[in-house]
Amino acid sequence: MSINSQLHLASKSTLEFKSSSFNVPALILSSNKITDIKKELQEKISQAPDFFKYSPLVIDLNQLSEQQINIDIRTLIQMLRDLKFFPIGIQGGSDKQHKIALDAGVSILSIRLLQELKQEPEVIEDSVETDKNPDVDESLTPVIITEVVHIENKIISQPVRSGQRLYSKGDLIILAQVSAGAEVLAEGNIHVYASLRGRALAGVQGDTNSRIFCSDLQAELISIAGNYRIKEDLEADMGKKSVQIFLQEQSLIIKEL
Amino acid sequence: MARIIVVTSGKGGVGKTTTSSAVAMGLAKKGHKTAVIDFDVGLRNLDLIMGCERRVVYDFVNVINGEATLNQALIKDKRCNNLYILPASQTRDKDALTQEGVGKVLDELSKGFKYIICDSPAGIERGANLAMYFADDAFVVTNPEVSSVRDSDRMLGILSSKSRRAEEGKEPIKEYLLLSRYSPERVKLGEMLSVDDVQDILSLHLLGVIPESKSVLNASNSGTPVILDEKSDAGQAYADIVARYLGEDKPHRFIEDKKGLFGKLFRSR
Ligand SMILES: Nc1ncnc2c1ncn2[C@@H]1O[C@H](COP(=O)(O)OP(=O)(O)OP(=O)(O)O)[C@@H](O)[C@H]1O
Ligand SMILES: [Mg+2]
Repeated sequence: MSINSQLHLASKSTLEFKSSSFNVPALILSSNKITDIKKELQEKISQAPDFFKYSPLVIDLNQLSEQQINIDIRTLIQMLRDLKFFPIGIQGGSDKQHKIALDAGVSILSIRLLQELKQEPEVIEDSVETDKNPDVDESLTPVIITEVVHIENKIISQPVRSGQRLYSKGDLIILAQVSAGAEVLAEGNIHVYASLRGRALAGVQGDTNSRIFCSDLQAELISIAGNYRIKEDLEADMGKKSVQIFLQEQSLIIKEL
Repeated sequence: MARIIVVTSGKGGVGKTTTSSAVAMGLAKKGHKTAVIDFDVGLRNLDLIMGCERRVVYDFVNVINGEATLNQALIKDKRCNNLYILPASQTRDKDALTQEGVGKVLDELSKGFKYIICDSPAGIERGANLAMYFADDAFVVTNPEVSSVRDSDRMLGILSSKSRRAEEGKEPIKEYLLLSRYSPERVKLGEMLSVDDVQDILSLHLLGVIPESKSVLNASNSGTPVILDEKSDAGQAYADIVARYLGEDKPHRFIEDKKGLFGKLFRSR
């Protein structure tokens, strides 16, 4: 082997790290009764077996920590694995719980860890013992499964036709027209790089800072955080100008770009 | 494998059946083995316009139900060897069509035919949805008026979300605009939308404009697809449409006012 090729080999890396994000369901616990949790999970699984089988899972202990309820992490993880879940991380909880989780091969999600280090270095812990709290509110549903919240912008390149409805948890960016009779909604901003003839509602969860941008305003309705204006109240002759629409002291301002 | 074309509109009476029969005959005359299927169960219209209503023994629903074979039900056109018609049933209701059944018939037809034209009923219900579900191409027939354009837009939304191609994440259905019953004089008077207006609203590839023409009624009264009336404007419009669909480069016609030769020569487009 020549020196050259050795050098070449040495400089070629076998791996690289890339940041990526995935949607993983979080299991938000509000009871420490593992048998109850198991029962409820089994019900959920029976409703959608394919959805849950081999699903990765984040265990969220925040609610339990808030109520100062401890839970037997080792048994919980084992039970989840028996049900064919793949618990991959823990959110919330105490250092002691984290250690048990790590021993069981489940990692600690860093966001929560950082928060905890900043806010409350020591979570009250030994005051409540595992499964020794029979007075936990029975009416509380022990299990809620939700998606880990993370903002997702949506980019659409096809026309949004009459009768269609689009929703984005973040911004909604549309590269084609929005037809009359179509409806586009976003928790963040809406951009339409063509004619906007349908209804556009930005900041639908109440974000008053969200805006609507479009290059040809002929909308049936525009709304930001619930403050709306219908076609009748829109200036008829906006022409094919690019405009932005935003809220100022609870009134909608339409301004040429 | 056949290419499946749905002729659809949303709104009724805009010229879907007229178009289906003309396009099917046009493709067949160009040498392609073509079948045209009537999805308008309960009404049965296509066989009249194709002039084969007296030769119907079995229909589409019979084939789906296994009461007849496809070969028994297909009617061979007397004018063109390459053309076959699968008529709708007049006696059944719309629920007789099932997705599975339609899929099977189309699969079987696909083996022997080059093009399959599905003449959709009006509306956005079962029959219309089944007619477009398996399509590769969609001919969206629109009249130059607001309600027809709006319904076409609605249909386009359904095509892009509820078809087999959409559900399987395949390349989307190719959509073409056929603007029918167009009258330049009435556009001039402001009574109708212009080609540009419709294009602006739908932003869709224009396959052709079919003029409002007496020849259409004459043709359907005599059971002849209007494309066979080669002297008529509508017949020529459909011939152009078939040629363009097959990849020929033909300039658009029938958009300008015939009487205004001056306008025709100097209009810039
Ligand atoms: N280009 C045209 N010029 C004049 N009349 C036309 C033209 N195209 C269609 N028509 C007429 O319009 C009527 C409806 O046409 P056709 O049956 O093709 O429409 P359709 O869309 O299939 O209707 P349905 O929705 O009821 O199935 C017929 O009477 C036909 O003769
Ligand atoms: Mg018809």
